[in-house]
Amino acid sequence: MKRKIRVLIAKPGLDGHDRGAKIVARALRDAGMEVVYTGLHQTAEMIVKTAVQEDVDVIGLSLLSGAHMTLFMDVTRLLKGKDMEDVLVVGGGVIPEEDIPALKKAGIAGVFGPGTRIEDIVEFIRKNVKR
Amino acid sequence: MYEKKELNKIRDKRVDWEENCYSNMAKEYPERKIKFENLSATKIKNVYTPEDIAHLDYIKDMGFPGGYPFLRGVYSTMYRGRLWTMRQFAGFGSAEETNQRYKYLLEHGETGLSVAFDYPTLYGYDTDHPLARGEFGKCGVAISSLQDMEILFSEIPIDKVTTSMTINGPAAIVWGFYIANAENRGIGKNTIGGTIQNDILKEYIAQKSFIFPPEPSMRLIVDTFEYGFKQVPRWNTISISGYHIREAGSTAVQELAFTLGDGLEYVKSAMERGLLIDEFAPRLSFFFNAHSDFFEEIAKYRAARRIWAKELKKLGAKKDRSLIMRFHTQTAGCSLTAQQPEINIVRVTMQALAAVLGGTQSLHTNSMDEALALPSEKAARIALRTQQIIAEESGVTDTIDPLGGSYYIEWLTDKIEEETYKYFEKVERFGGVISAIEKGFFQREIAESAYKYQKEIDEKERTIVGVNQYKMDEELSVPILEMDEKGEHRQINRLKKLRKDRNQSKFDRNLKRLKKAAEGVENLMPYILDCVHSYATLGETCDVLREVFGEYKEPAIY
Repeated sequence: MKRKIRVLIAKPGLDGHDRGAKIVARALRDAGMEVVYTGLHQTAEMIVKTAVQEDVDVIGLSLLSGAHMTLFMDVTRLLKGKDMEDVLVVGGGVIPEEDIPALKKAGIAGVFGPGTRIEDIVEFIRKNVKR
Repeated sequence: MYEKKELNKIRDKRVDWEENCYSNMAKEYPERKIKFENLSATKIKNVYTPEDIAHLDYIKDMGFPGGYPFLRGVYSTMYRGRLWTMRQFAGFGSAEETNQRYKYLLEHGETGLSVAFDYPTLYGYDTDHPLARGEFGKCGVAISSLQDMEILFSEIPIDKVTTSMTINGPAAIVWGFYIANAENRGIGKNTIGGTIQNDILKEYIAQKSFIFPPEPSMRLIVDTFEYGFKQVPRWNTISISGYHIREAGSTAVQELAFTLGDGLEYVKSAMERGLLIDEFAPRLSFFFNAHSDFFEEIAKYRAARRIWAKELKKLGAKKDRSLIMRFHTQTAGCSLTAQQPEINIVRVTMQALAAVLGGTQSLHTNSMDEALALPSEKAARIALRTQQIIAEESGVTDTIDPLGGSYYIEWLTDKIEEETYKYFEKVERFGGVISAIEKGFFQREIAESAYKYQKEIDEKERTIVGVNQYKMDEELSVPILEMDEKGEHRQINRLKKLRKDRNQSKFDRNLKRLKKAAEGVENLMPYILDCVHSYATLGETCDVLREVFGEYKEPAIY
């Protein structure tokens, strides 16, 4: 039997807006995935460490403070350094359209802004998970 | 409010109407929805009549504006005398940039200021702290010292304009910056006016910018109450906030119940310290959300006033000033869409109108582009103009509480009050507010409502125009605010210079004295002000308190 998709939902930085992260965590669990939620105030190092410990296939980053260009990229940079580029990384939050190309280039495979249907996130993960 | 005979007549007529008119027509033209419910899942009837408010006693339950139970408004003249304060929450980048924005808003007719701080400031870190990485000026302005506060309010008449500051964990220190700046400019602290949010309970519940654990946090808050009514009497030392609870996903009823519960917890804490209720209660203020269900929001504000007056009376308050709930309102950020952003202007208009019909004392209207980024100048101006149109063109300000007496509004106000008391009982069973926070009660209630709301949108049970209905392919057409890239660098250099130039021995002495006082039981405000005056930074001062008080970590529940 194929194992369940394992997802880490993480809140990098100081941003306290956790409504979206919690909704996504719960929806992915309801969709049959195994979900670990980091809670608030995580550094990139803490997120990657948890991803290793929990042996996840997917990392979902959520940030509404506007610091995504720095903090999302910190995570993908660390993953590269650990040869963990096969972990699918997606991000969500208040992210201007013009930032998306740079984020994708840095390894954030999917970016989900306000108004996204949860079903679309589930489908994206199922289709793109590499492990 | 009606004679029994008259009510019987109305009931008979209504039953006849239900059976012979409504049902017949509904057979031919079925109702649009299987159930009609508002955002708090309250069932809405097809029509409301005098039967629904028959139990109300006008004098006792409604009264007149400015009189108990303050249902109809906190002041007797309300907007016929003075309009609400138009107070737009603003802050980004460096103190210099935000100072320019404040001047711009004041030039365009804004009547009060409201400071948004960036994340490092909200958590009591200086801009050069490692955890501040990537966050400088993003969600608000970075203020790390008295010097930054001086720049932020440079050439702004703080003796005339009042300022609200959204700051919680380090509120006492940031308030200290504001007071010290006024003193240095020769403006007496008994003349400045404004508000600090200073509501830590809702941080644990919803907004999550906390620093210290509950007990020392409550001590700091009561310290500000006491210092405030004695030394800075025009200052609202707390803004007990439902706004963030709602933004985190609660219903209107939860917003109201949790906020009032927090408010009563602060009152009890201050009374336990030995403060007299009629001395500090007049300086308590509130802050609510204005979401999209028009009538429910109006009823919420009206119920809020009546419950607060009743509860404060029970706690022994005698003065009207103690019983009145004065509140600020902000339209719901979480209701804004990134899709077709211009239509947010319409949402904001409806929400702002609800706040005004609910009797708000001050109002922030969101800018159309806030689901995308911080507001551009033009978007912020349109948001302000929205208030001006409601205030000066619509005519809704000509009479007080114009919806008072509406069968529906009065019924809904009662219903919300009833549901609020049910939540009070639940919280009581958890052993009070702090214990309920530690057990995750509020957090779970909110997450549950947020999930339900999202599901309804995903399944199109609830329409969000432009998101799940009436969608279109569009090019992004709203210009996004660009920030000065060099701001962070300038700020870090300024901090370095400040640390080098200040009187080191005075600085050391004041921080030591603060530490000693924090270990004891004295009011910390005077010690904090000494640190501020010796140009101790926000981070340095908070570090002293972190050492004594420890830090709060929340359990990760979803």
